Amino acid sequence: MQAFTVLTGLVAPLDRANVDTDQIIPKQFLKSIKRIGFGVNLFDEWRYLDEGYPNQDCSKRPINTEFVLNQARYQGAQVLLARQNFGCGSSREHAPWALDEYGFRAVIAPSFADIFFNNCFKNGLLPVVLSEEQVDILFKECEANEGYQLTVDLAKQQVIRPNGEAFSFEVDAFRRHCLLNGLDDIGLTLQAAEDIRAFEAKAKVARPWVFNALR
Amino acid sequence: MSAKTLYDKLWDDHLVKQRDDGSCLIYIDRQLLHEVTSPQAFDGLKLAKRQPWRLDANIATPDHNVPTDKAERSQGIAGIKDETSRIQVQTLDDNCKEFGVVEFDIFDERQGIVHVVGPEQGLTLPGMTVVCGDSHTATHGAFACLAHGIGTSEVEHVLATQCLVQKKSKNMLVKVDGVLGEGVTAKDVVLAIIGKIGTAGGTGYAIEFGGQVFRDMSMEGRMTVCNMAIEAGARVGMVAVDEKTIAYFKDKPFAPKAEQWDAAVAYWQGLTSDADAQFDAVVELDGNAIEPQVSWGTSPEMVLPISAKLPTLDSANDAVQRSSWQRAYQYMGLTPEQAITDIKLDRVFIGSCTNSRIEDLRSAAAVIKGRKVANTVKQAMVVAGSGLVKKQAEAEGLDKIFTEAGFEWREPGCSMCLAMNADKLLSGEHCASTSNRNFEGRQGNGGRTHLVSPAMAAAAAIAGHFVDVRGF
Ligand code: SF4
Repeated sequence: MQAFTVLTGLVAPLDRANVDTDQIIPKQFLKSIKRIGFGVNLFDEWRYLDEGYPNQDCSKRPINTEFVLNQARYQGAQVLLARQNFGCGSSREHAPWALDEYGFRAVIAPSFADIFFNNCFKNGLLPVVLSEEQVDILFKECEANEGYQLTVDLAKQQVIRPNGEAFSFEVDAFRRHCLLNGLDDIGLTLQAAEDIRAFEAKAKVARPWVFNALR
Repeated sequence: MSAKTLYDKLWDDHLVKQRDDGSCLIYIDRQLLHEVTSPQAFDGLKLAKRQPWRLDANIATPDHNVPTDKAERSQGIAGIKDETSRIQVQTLDDNCKEFGVVEFDIFDERQGIVHVVGPEQGLTLPGMTVVCGDSHTATHGAFACLAHGIGTSEVEHVLATQCLVQKKSKNMLVKVDGVLGEGVTAKDVVLAIIGKIGTAGGTGYAIEFGGQVFRDMSMEGRMTVCNMAIEAGARVGMVAVDEKTIAYFKDKPFAPKAEQWDAAVAYWQGLTSDADAQFDAVVELDGNAIEPQVSWGTSPEMVLPISAKLPTLDSANDAVQRSSWQRAYQYMGLTPEQAITDIKLDRVFIGSCTNSRIEDLRSAAAVIKGRKVANTVKQAMVVAGSGLVKKQAEAEGLDKIFTEAGFEWREPGCSMCLAMNADKLLSGEHCASTSNRNFEGRQGNGGRTHLVSPAMAAAAAIAGHFVDVRGF
């Protein structure tokens, strides 16, 4: 997993509440058996005027010029500014894969849906929760200033505005540690293999039916 | 010892280790796998040269992509016309063979939607931790399981370690007392709950559904309710064990037998919240007052009783809600103050992990019997949740009732719930659907979904527009 330490990047504002993962990456693209290739279909139904299908050459598709990510001033954005309950709905990890491949490294919102929030951390994408008021301020500043950039500092747990003022955010220690160091979760858990075996030995006595063979 | 909620008990019984930073390793008893969210996880295992920790904890079945058309289906994987879908279903087969995971494949009569198959086979049992790369895993909470959806990286993590790294959620009790009126079902109860607390109301919580309404409810009904806990933002929805829970598993193929059964029952009976357990939040609804529900917008919280008129923009709580409603009206092609009964339907879909069990099909068939689908409705379809549900329905003659009325009787799978296979809405079409999500494009690009119960969907199919199934 790629590490996340400090990022200073262009911000794109997506001013909608309850953006669900069906919107972030529509289902027809979930048929892929790979982890890559989803970036061009991020927000597919909003981004293009036609209906997309897998493995298509997206460079020839009609673009929805109204959609915020298609505006020239937001090209190359690395920070996505969003509203409440971002990433609700389906558990598809293809959503963070698509955001990441498109170029986003951090998403800032007043709240996130649980599964999406969790999936982000597994992919080096940092979801940042700020208060509604703080997010509002960022939306206003971002829309008013072309080329608006924010610095997201994970070690300090701060979002730093162009005027130097910082908003602090919370992130739990384990996730922060993994993300700062780009650590593989599975490897870490396997360090506790002895504990897992000990747990299983006890559970086999307490709840033996759970361990029945399936064939 | 202090009083515990059901969630606390399930958590404590599966806690392997709490690390210094507060994160916890939770042991997973059962993982359900399907073709969409597992290929990258198996790939990850191969890349890292890892083996599954405990093979028999896993069970797989293809559901999202399988065709529901009989002719297409009869040819198995080779019959799947769409190449990417075919490869995905084939990849699940290949991975299961390579690693030795038990799979109910496309030809197996036990194949079906994972959340229908697990309980039906006794692969999901009370008190288990159950995960699946699918957010509707909450369904299994109906059996007092700690069950939730996970992403693909976590699927790989569970395959490799049999554990998940978790942080404990808060406890929420959703209490519905009273008695449901005739024609009011589990689906209406859960839609009414989501209408009340909103799609983010349960975020960060594990919900326990308690009160007389859930005690009176069948296991199928409880599954419908827990299934949609995620639509209220909660990864986990649960109902405590009672006699019905235990009776449900008697003689299920993978349920424990003989002395093991007795030991299991003794353990299961403890799976309730202690009488004086504290919840971090309590939400109460009056079951007597719940009417049949219909969603009108593009989020499950945009839902109203059948007797209602669509809301005016001025009645929105705040600017964010107002703009969501505005966009929803535009997308749905509806206008404020329109009566719900004025919404005309182009298609009707009865199926999905929310409402495709035998009880759902019986309740729809009871409304349809001897009637005909309105000729303005282009298509009405019934898709059983599993091969065994389909077989049971056929044994009861339900398929005849549906087909004589003009419904299509399909092969089991997810089908038009998310339109990953060939079953989908055309742009602008309104669909009465017994599924769980009415997001933009969910049932096909530009499609307009209205979430309802099977009985309400059936009545809408006959009338051609929404009607109150009570007295229909
Ligand atoms: S029926 Fe629908 S919601 Fe349920 S698992 Fe299938 S696609 Fe997901």
